Amino acid sequence: MSEESPRVGLFVTCLVDLFRPTVGFAAVKLLEDADCTVEVPRAQTCCGQPAYNSGDRADARSIAAHTIAAFAGYDYVVAPSGSCAAMLSEHYPALFDDDPGLAAKAAELAGRTYELVSFLTDVRGVTGVEARFPGSVTYHDSCSGLRELGIKDQPRALLATVEGLTLAEHADAEICCGFGGTFCVKYPDISNRMVSAKADAVEGTGADTLLAGDLGCLLNMAGKLKRRGAKTSARHVAEVLAGMTEQPAIGESAEG
Amino acid sequence: MESSARAFKENARAAVADPQLKRALSHVKEGFIGKRAKAAAKLPEFEVLRDAARDIKNHTLDHLDLYLEHYERKVTEAGGQVHWCPTAEDARRAVLEICRAAGARTVTKGKSMIAEEIALNDHLEANGITPVETDLGEYIIQLRGETPSHIIAPAVHLTKDLIEADFRAHHTALPPERPLSEPRQLVNEAREVLRDKYLAADVGITGANFLVAETGTSVIVTNEGNGDLTQVLPRVHIVVASLEKIVPTLEDVSTILRVLARSATGQECSTYTTFSTGPKRAEDPDGPDQYHVILLDNGRSSMLGGEFQDMLRCIRCGACMNHCPVYHAIGGHAYGWVYPGPMGAVLTPSLIGIEEAGHLPSASTFCGRCESVCPMRIPLPKMMRHWREREFERHLSPTGARAGLALWAFFAKRPALYHFVTGMAAPVLAALGRGRFRRLPLAGGWTAHRDMPAPEGRTFRQLWAGHRQGGSR
Ligand code: SF4
Repeated sequence: MSEESPRVGLFVTCLVDLFRPTVGFAAVKLLEDADCTVEVPRAQTCCGQPAYNSGDRADARSIAAHTIAAFAGYDYVVAPSGSCAAMLSEHYPALFDDDPGLAAKAAELAGRTYELVSFLTDVRGVTGVEARFPGSVTYHDSCSGLRELGIKDQPRALLATVEGLTLAEHADAEICCGFGGTFCVKYPDISNRMVSAKADAVEGTGADTLLAGDLGCLLNMAGKLKRRGAKTSARHVAEVLAGMTEQPAIGESAEG
Repeated sequence: MESSARAFKENARAAVADPQLKRALSHVKEGFIGKRAKAAAKLPEFEVLRDAARDIKNHTLDHLDLYLEHYERKVTEAGGQVHWCPTAEDARRAVLEICRAAGARTVTKGKSMIAEEIALNDHLEANGITPVETDLGEYIIQLRGETPSHIIAPAVHLTKDLIEADFRAHHTALPPERPLSEPRQLVNEAREVLRDKYLAADVGITGANFLVAETGTSVIVTNEGNGDLTQVLPRVHIVVASLEKIVPTLEDVSTILRVLARSATGQECSTYTTFSTGPKRAEDPDGPDQYHVILLDNGRSSMLGGEFQDMLRCIRCGACMNHCPVYHAIGGHAYGWVYPGPMGAVLTPSLIGIEEAGHLPSASTFCGRCESVCPMRIPLPKMMRHWREREFERHLSPTGARAGLALWAFFAKRPALYHFVTGMAAPVLAALGRGRFRRLPLAGGWTAHRDMPAPEGRTFRQLWAGHRQGGSR
């Protein structure tokens, strides 16, 4: 492995913190298995995308400035989300084009920020995991991870080493699920058409479980699948890679 | 053209509920995407060509005044005339004057989005001149009294059986029993009907894909050859084009052409690429007696030097809308003005104002597929976000959404308070939800169509504190 026990600051993401702590613990386990020392800075909240994507640049900037300060000094910053990681690595620097001091700090943060799965494979050289998940899964490529960070093969490579797991790709795995943050509530009719098409494709594979690397997309897709009464469950890919699948799947309870 | 962009939400709702439209739009997904991907994969230098195409346009836009002047000089030398038109109104007037001077009663028209932008057909008709669309798709929607729903496939919102019914209703001189269910039969019938119109027309109007500064040439690409007949047969040829269509040299045209057809239809090259320079010369076997160029600004020059300048690189290939999941869901008419899809979401507010077109840049998930295929590497999502910023700054976004955002931001900037509140809320929601909610107050947009998964229980923050006292800072 490349470095000895780098210090990793985990960017939990607001959705994981609130909705699905299991993903955070799965991330910690995967990072520790990859010989990282994991810390969770207390001063973090959200990456600021809701403000940034609504055109509220001022709030996006102050949230970004908070995040930059909270994650100063770590060797790496890792998030179990392509979209939040891309916010830090691809968009923070552009927020401070009129403030060279913060722009430099943002660029420095950007250079050491990664999405979880690609960090494991590309930076830590992880080639396999010790986990078991009997059944078939299908994988949705979330947009930011795919197009901004080039995450496509990495999760599939690690999933291939999970015992008992088979991957059944769905058609149009690279097409947006219609979440889009506030988009899904601002334009519910369009979003519904998009998530319906996604649910059709996912159900079409007959897979037991839908996996993805972004909780926002997963809440949207799981919500649609559940509303339809589909049998497909939904989980974050980190849960499966870490072998932490005792929790009921997203949107399910112990009673089902 | 009149805008209904303000009613985008209502337009979209109606579009989503239209089963005929859904059937028609499935062709966009199936037809264009695979073909473009194949064409791009077959050309090893495709990505390099995209860079080159972008650079050519960037250079041109940085020196647009020089190239425009040079272009005009060359057109004049070739015996043609350039009409500078700051507004749509000016352009309509200029076209009408030329038509009147030529004593025109009918004009034939090749496909032109600029003609749509300036609502040329309505203006000509209002002044007693009959415009005849010669592009098959445009011809069909003209019969139906509709506007294009796509910039390169204007009738893509229609299915074959609808078109057959239109032809039977309009072409009443033809035998009612004739077979007309095959696309080829429809094309042949349209050709048949149009043949006489070409010959009868006094003026031919075309658009332009490029205006070449070094030679004063206008270039069109088509797959039907209708553009050639439109511009060669009548006595007068009018080119309507916007000023960003300029490129410096013929060499530049050939570079951009290599990405244009591949991105648009997956062809290596469109079937016809036609270069026109000035009117017929003494030694030419055919051609028009007059050659006019209507050079339209209509708000474009104010995009120069600003955060929307990159949009002026657009070559109208349509790839962004062909790959857009929002376009696939609602089609082109819902956008409410001439330009649909991602390129329209950026361009329309520039041309008709963000007050009118504010929904367009908002109605995107920023999935980024448009940018990933745009041959000119236009950062479409980034520019949609710029529009949202303008809207936000000017307090044009809805009050409810602003208030919600402000409340959220208040907490997001105060980590201790934020975690206090989420730490209280998560267990309560978890206890209420039993896995998920079918209905939730204030989340109707979500729960109208899908369940809302409930939190697991306590927040990660709370659990982590118990898990590693002292392990975090
Ligand atoms: S924005 Fe790009 S992809 Fe869309 S029409 Fe213009 S050139 Fe083509």
